[in-house]
Amino acid sequence: MTLELSAGDQSMLGGEQGPAAAAAMKILIAFSKAVGAAKLLDIAGAHIDGCLYHGKAGLDFVERLVEGGGRVLVPTTLNVGSFDLIHPGMVKMPAAQEAPARRLMTAHLELGCQATFTCAPYQTRFRPGFGEQIAWGESNAIVFANSVIGARTNRYGDFIDLCCAMTGRAPAWGLHLSENRRGQVLFELTDPDLEPSDALFVGVGLIIGQASGDRIPVISGLPRPRDEDQLKALGAAAATTGAVALFHAVDITPEANTLEEAFHGMVPEETIRITRADLDDALARLSSVPDGAPLAAVSLGTPHFSHEEWMRLLPLLREVAPGRGIPIYVNTGRATLTRLQDEGALAGMEAFGLIPVADTCTYVTTILERLDGVVMTNSGKWAHYAPGNIGVSVAFGDMADCIRSAAAGHVVRGTR
Amino acid sequence: MSKQDRQALDRTGVFQLAGEAQGSALVLSQALSFWGGVDAETGDIIDHSHPALGGNVAGRILVMASGRGSSSSSSVLAEAIRRGTAPAGIILERPDPILAVGAIVAEFLYDISMPLVVCDTSGIVSGDRIAIGINEDAQAMVSLT
Repeated sequence: MTLELSAGDQSMLGGEQGPAAAAAMKILIAFSKAVGAAKLLDIAGAHIDGCLYHGKAGLDFVERLVEGGGRVLVPTTLNVGSFDLIHPGMVKMPAAQEAPARRLMTAHLELGCQATFTCAPYQTRFRPGFGEQIAWGESNAIVFANSVIGARTNRYGDFIDLCCAMTGRAPAWGLHLSENRRGQVLFELTDPDLEPSDALFVGVGLIIGQASGDRIPVISGLPRPRDEDQLKALGAAAATTGAVALFHAVDITPEANTLEEAFHGMVPEETIRITRADLDDALARLSSVPDGAPLAAVSLGTPHFSHEEWMRLLPLLREVAPGRGIPIYVNTGRATLTRLQDEGALAGMEAFGLIPVADTCTYVTTILERLDGVVMTNSGKWAHYAPGNIGVSVAFGDMADCIRSAAAGHVVRGTR
Repeated sequence: MSKQDRQALDRTGVFQLAGEAQGSALVLSQALSFWGGVDAETGDIIDHSHPALGGNVAGRILVMASGRGSSSSSSVLAEAIRRGTAPAGIILERPDPILAVGAIVAEFLYDISMPLVVCDTSGIVSGDRIAIGINEDAQAMVSLT
């Protein structure tokens, strides 16, 4: 298939908007040809997953765009970096690694990106609208934008997310196009007594991620979620165990008012039943330690805690009042943190062990004081990646279990 | 192999990134993800689930059906090209957007053109001496030397 370029695309490629834009367009064109797109389309925004330092090439690329006078052409948010710029000293890193890692974050700001440094850009003022074309990186953000909001993005990553932002364009292919957003595999929850617990949504996410492959999953029988944070946890889990970029939940998500709508009137390629035992099994596999194991820390907020999640956590902290000094790390976006501070909501919370973390996440960098113990989390994503990334043992439980465990000093689950 | 037999294996392909290269073929039966699969410091294949574990891609003409896996492979390939631990060239059966981005970014940053070619790979076996060239129509020419 040949790629049709607009006059604007050709002018950018020819260098009329400067060398940085020309380079971004050249890379975008090569990518678009490789995926078989017929043309490029305009995007309304971008989210860049480029602030974690993985080597010199990543930094050299951004520096070269800065030198070439590059500016993003659409509102562009940034994913987490390796540092908490709000709380200096929280991340422990040798100076030789720190300088380039910090520079990577600030160089993106010089391109005109917003200093959001959050993996939940959909819960900031940059949240896209239904049907909007966007180019996003970060797996949990992609699945939320597509599924819960109905915005349209493919799974963009390394370099190409930034090339879309610099050009305001994306290849017209994949999930940007209506016909490719059709559900393909049906997951049925048939147990009528399933309660909409936080763990249920994580469990469903883990299972559909594992079993969908590259097909778009549709979930029927899912209890109505309390709030969008439960769908956020489902999507994050699905994008952890698999490559899910879009799911539909019948009568819940915006492109699935009915089963027929979710499948565009076609028949599911496969139907998979999810039982309570399947859910228990998927969740049990997240924990590498038994109940009663001594606890070193709690980590919440992967993806970054929303204001609503904080409003559930803070009364719980006051009620349970953990007093053993076990740190309770909560990853959140800096805008959410500022709002909480303006509201005075965090006053006195450090007495319960609360340590807010902004701009980064406790599993991508060295924040935790102790790595030799058990860390409890309410995040399926954190539970999956943290053992490999930072070498901790993990216990999974819902938010209340995590806080009660911090108070008890060991893992307790299911107490009410 | 006679000269005639070798010439019978010559073929043309499409460049995802144009360039010239020569080297010994490393033919993989399974697609290799550079992220989690190749150590950019050494070129070693480090994916424990891959049959070529323990091999090394540096300076070889890497031949496989397709790319695989995370978009972070773009960064790993670009970093390997920068360090000189990347393959001399890559030949694929199907175009791969992630490897294309890595190769193009490396050329943009470091002026190193690691050719990425899409063509029929049948008949190529590991150890064949392969040359990738450019013909007058800007197509890739893959030949056994």
